[in-house]
Amino acid sequence: MSRRECDVLVVGAGPAGIAAACRAAECGRSVLLADENPACGGQIWRADRSSAGTPVAAAWLARLAASRVEILPGAAAFEADADAGVIRFEHEFETVEVHCRRLVLATGARELFLPFPGWTLPGVVGAGGLQALVKGGFPVALRRVVVAGSGPLLLAVAGVLSQHGADLLGVFEQAPLADLIRFSLRLWAFPKKLLEAAGLAMAARGVPLRAGWWVMAAGGASGGVSEDNARLKWVKLTDGWRETKVECDLLACGYGLRPNTELAQLIGCRVSAGAVAVDEFQNTSVDGVLAAGEVTGIGGAELSLEEGSVAGYAAADEPDRARAHFAARARYRGFAAALERAFTLRQELKGAVTAETIVCRCEDVTAGRLGEFKSWKEAKLGSRCGMGACQARTCGPAAEFLYGWGAGSVRPPVLPVRVGTLAGESDPR
Amino acid sequence: MSETVRIVLNGDEREVPAEATLAAALLGLGLTRFRNSVQGEPRAPLCGMGACQECRVTVDGRMHVRSCMTPCREGLRVETDQP
Repeated sequence: MSRRECDVLVVGAGPAGIAAACRAAECGRSVLLADENPACGGQIWRADRSSAGTPVAAAWLARLAASRVEILPGAAAFEADADAGVIRFEHEFETVEVHCRRLVLATGARELFLPFPGWTLPGVVGAGGLQALVKGGFPVALRRVVVAGSGPLLLAVAGVLSQHGADLLGVFEQAPLADLIRFSLRLWAFPKKLLEAAGLAMAARGVPLRAGWWVMAAGGASGGVSEDNARLKWVKLTDGWRETKVECDLLACGYGLRPNTELAQLIGCRVSAGAVAVDEFQNTSVDGVLAAGEVTGIGGAELSLEEGSVAGYAAADEPDRARAHFAARARYRGFAAALERAFTLRQELKGAVTAETIVCRCEDVTAGRLGEFKSWKEAKLGSRCGMGACQARTCGPAAEFLYGWGAGSVRPPVLPVRVGTLAGESDPR
Repeated sequence: MSETVRIVLNGDEREVPAEATLAAALLGLGLTRFRNSVQGEPRAPLCGMGACQECRVTVDGRMHVRSCMTPCREGLRVETDQP
């Protein structure tokens, strides 16, 4: 086990974490920025070998590189003692214990996945999931891809897939067209966002975009027991009246984003409507612990940068400098609210689930089985739903949408780690 | 332009892009069964970003390593679940 000390520990190196770390360091604080990924940038600024990334991303990453922020990549936080100001990470199969005066949680968001028959087949991936894999080196050239689900991320993903030469068969957005038009009109109030949206539309040019359509089922080949049959061959979509079946190699499907609140919950921060609650200086309900970016609510990279800036200055006890970012933050929060309204999930999505559909992928618990229970806690105890390796990161938010069950409590470790890591041992290898 | 490294997948030496994540490299090699589900179904990466745990494989003898969070490097040994 190794021990580190700093004034400000920032967990999560996406836009919010990078901004918070840079601002606090620029105020003269010693800052440690930890992320479980091998590289900084988070999901939205994940490096792509085939393109340079946006100028804003490049500028912040350069600023971070030139700063005095110490970076700890590949470090997954699994345990915390907020009163003592201690967070424990698993880093290269060993424990790193960080002691800090202030903690900024910038743990971001993950995709919401909703179950449908066949969603466990190899070849069915998240929308942001496929984007991450493609940026990570998965070649999709000439592969037939259907993009489905909800949110502006679908168009961004379609753009990246086009750039990488995928055979894009269509983008299917569950939100009705009328809501999307209202949303795009709202975009006029946000010139930068409008340009971004236009750019996304250009990148996805020539690809059929259908609003008000969603996935009903996906399937492999019928008959036979060959390994090749156990992967995606087709996807069936509907608009509530009609159905269409599309043969494809990959289905990229995600229903928007949900905040990664596990570490915040472990620390005892108040969570409201699925996001970490913060005051105007990004303080959480726990003394000395701040939160910024999508963990406090989904709003995009610009909002994350503003929240991160406020949190970084606040953590460095520079409230006046933090206040200078309040106006911009308020503007982007307005945009986030419009976004949420436009991409509200339709109730019909629940109709895709059959009794045989697996809801908990770690423990293979079906919807039929879950029908026996009245609450999340009951379901966990009775079926092991949500008690597998992902610790309900996938099925928890899905069950919340499907059955209205509130999230359960969070206990350490918040990630599966080696027993030796828990014991603080050195790696025996 | 792209450099490669050699990894050992279930005993066979394979060439993969040097800068790829292990999950991306294995998908590129056509792997569909990363792990077996509780009922023995094949599972492959879903989230691509460390949350879902579906891409877990054995790396250099360590079980349950998330391949999406693992960079490829020369000589890396990976074992996946078999049918």
